[in-house]
Amino acid sequence: MKKTVIFGALTVAGLAAGAAGAATLDDVKARGKLNCGVTTGLAGFAAPNANGEWEGFDVAVCRAVAAAVLNDKNAVEFVPTTGKTRFTALASGEIDFLARNTTWTFSRDTDLKFDFIGVNYYDGQGFMVPKALGVSSAKDLDGATVCIQTGTTTELNLADFFRKNNISYEPVPVETNAEGQQQYLAGACDTYTTDASGLAATRATFENPDEHVLLPEIISKEPLGPLVRHGDNDWGDITRWVLNALIAAEELGITSANIEEMAGNTNNPEVARLLGTEGTLGEMIGLDAEWAKRAIMAEGNYGEIFAKNIGEETPIGLARGLNAQWTDGGLLYAPPFR
Amino acid sequence: MTTISDPPQESFRPSMLLSDTRYRSITFQVIALALLLTAIWYLGSNLAANLRAAGLNISFQFLGNPAGYDINQTLIPYTSQSTNLQAAWVGIINTLLVSFLACITATIFGVIAGVLRLSNNWLVRKLMAGYVEIFRNIPVLIWILIIYTIMTAAMPAPSAFRGDDPASSMMLGSFAFTNRGVYIPGPVMGPGSFIVVATFVASVIGVFAYRRYATKLLYDTGRLLPMLWPSVAILLVPTIVMFFILGMPIGLDYPALKGFNFQGGIQIGAPLIALWFALSIYTGAFIAENVRAGIQAVSRGQTEAAAALGLRSGRIMNLVVLPQALRVIIPPLISNYLNITKNSSLAILVGYADITATLGGITLNQTGRAIECVVLLMLFYLVISLGISMVMNVYNNATKLKER
Repeated sequence: MKKTVIFGALTVAGLAAGAAGAATLDDVKARGKLNCGVTTGLAGFAAPNANGEWEGFDVAVCRAVAAAVLNDKNAVEFVPTTGKTRFTALASGEIDFLARNTTWTFSRDTDLKFDFIGVNYYDGQGFMVPKALGVSSAKDLDGATVCIQTGTTTELNLADFFRKNNISYEPVPVETNAEGQQQYLAGACDTYTTDASGLAATRATFENPDEHVLLPEIISKEPLGPLVRHGDNDWGDITRWVLNALIAAEELGITSANIEEMAGNTNNPEVARLLGTEGTLGEMIGLDAEWAKRAIMAEGNYGEIFAKNIGEETPIGLARGLNAQWTDGGLLYAPPFR
Repeated sequence: MTTISDPPQESFRPSMLLSDTRYRSITFQVIALALLLTAIWYLGSNLAANLRAAGLNISFQFLGNPAGYDINQTLIPYTSQSTNLQAAWVGIINTLLVSFLACITATIFGVIAGVLRLSNNWLVRKLMAGYVEIFRNIPVLIWILIIYTIMTAAMPAPSAFRGDDPASSMMLGSFAFTNRGVYIPGPVMGPGSFIVVATFVASVIGVFAYRRYATKLLYDTGRLLPMLWPSVAILLVPTIVMFFILGMPIGLDYPALKGFNFQGGIQIGAPLIALWFALSIYTGAFIAENVRAGIQAVSRGQTEAAAALGLRSGRIMNLVVLPQALRVIIPPLISNYLNITKNSSLAILVGYADITATLGGITLNQTGRAIECVVLLMLFYLVISLGISMVMNVYNNATKLKER
């Protein structure tokens, strides 16, 4: 008789563990913390500062979600993930939200059972070569040795690019950006390839940045975005619209500095709806009226987050480029808040 | 009058399962087995339930899909269009290659250092002690990194060989040492070259036959035939004669700087060299200690008896001490070989495409099939380790003390 009880308890425990994570919003609220997966450290995107606080472009998105859902931008548990562990961590429920410059691809969205909630950085893969090599196009790289970060989509793009152009190369896989930089500077590879933003950031740290050039070819599309588990559409909606709110805020001219003023007296109905002084948008996604206001106040609007972490004033020094608002010729285009 | 008879045979009662020593151990073993099976069942069903909840399924179909990435060192045909399974095979063969090479060199380093640690020369003894202590007390991971960094930083890049007055030049005009690897001349097989190769193989067999004959002659008649020179002659002379008779069918392909890299010849990549060297020198330090322990386990009387028979010290070591030391050396040697094989999984650190880097690294990443890939990896290392143990145990049985 006792045996049956034990087996029954085991079965229940097994099922309970399996059923966890059905409603992510409730879990996050009950826990009082958002578990957010980020990189193990990439300057500008996600890295702890001197005080041990995480900051960066991806971190800001996590904080905005936490502010919207939990009313506290610091109620975030940052979980560092590597290229290898990121998807397992999300699928297993260890993290609720993955913001780790992850490229949105078909198979990741479908086969791996994730939902990308949008794009927070439009990137593309480029090549960096020493000027002394005398190469002016990536198509001249026949027979070259190429340093490449392993386990990323860039690895597949590289193989595709060389196959398409019917030229050969020899890959030197490296684990981290720092290792790639070292190999490249030692001449162990002729060229270093990764996302163009990463190349620019890496070149900025060289002793003589002028001796290296980025080749004109951008060989891939790398839309980097945050993602959540497939199947919990409510949670997907919340995070998607937090990101959209940050983008829309820049378009509408709402900044962390003028947000109180804008909320108080605006005659733009979309601003009023977004900031919760009009309409019931918050209610529709299961949050209160001021969710978007808090998200924007957390780290500022998209433009502020960009400028503070990776913009031209920072050591990373990236131009807005494709990541400008659609009104400025970029690709950022938040759907209407209505 | 009393008769002594056997006590009446008690019939089996359930309580005897605990009280009777005949049954007690069986009872506990059955209980332990049941608990173990329950734990395995629980973990398995938990995994299955969680996977179901996450909408994931265990599927090995990805093995048949194109891998999509390139590998820098492939001993079997492979392109980015090959399947993930083929990529895994490339990794398996690369793992076996570096493990095999490292096992051989580690044994050589270890035996030399172990014997020299017992040398009468103070300087040699202390140098070898220093080698053992330094290398086995720093993690192998650090050694791999140090050696690879030194290689890439200290050796010249291929571009240094370019120009009218190059900063570096090829050794003997045919060997190039660069920070991307070592380029050596490779053989080019012309028509008839297989006859030369066959002759060489036959010569190798001939050498073994000769040594066997010499040993037999020694045991039967006491006549000692010279070993070294006849062996070398049997090994080389027929092959060289055949080579020239057939008009030199095997040529050499020299590496030359073309475009960005050296082309032609055989390339031994820097990652392979760094990993191979680091694994052998690190494990060599452990083997040296095994060898020393084995030699010291042979009683001093054996050495003295051999010396009394008039054997020189080299022969004492080769004929008397080492054969007896082997039975102490072999068992720990097995675990050192297993360590080399398992430590080779650190290859990804230097970009060497072993099984952990291909199947457990890039394939896992690109397909997201973490559980499947890791299960396959575990199976592979288990099979390889058990295989090595088996082979070494056979050898151990052949060398261990024969008790008659």
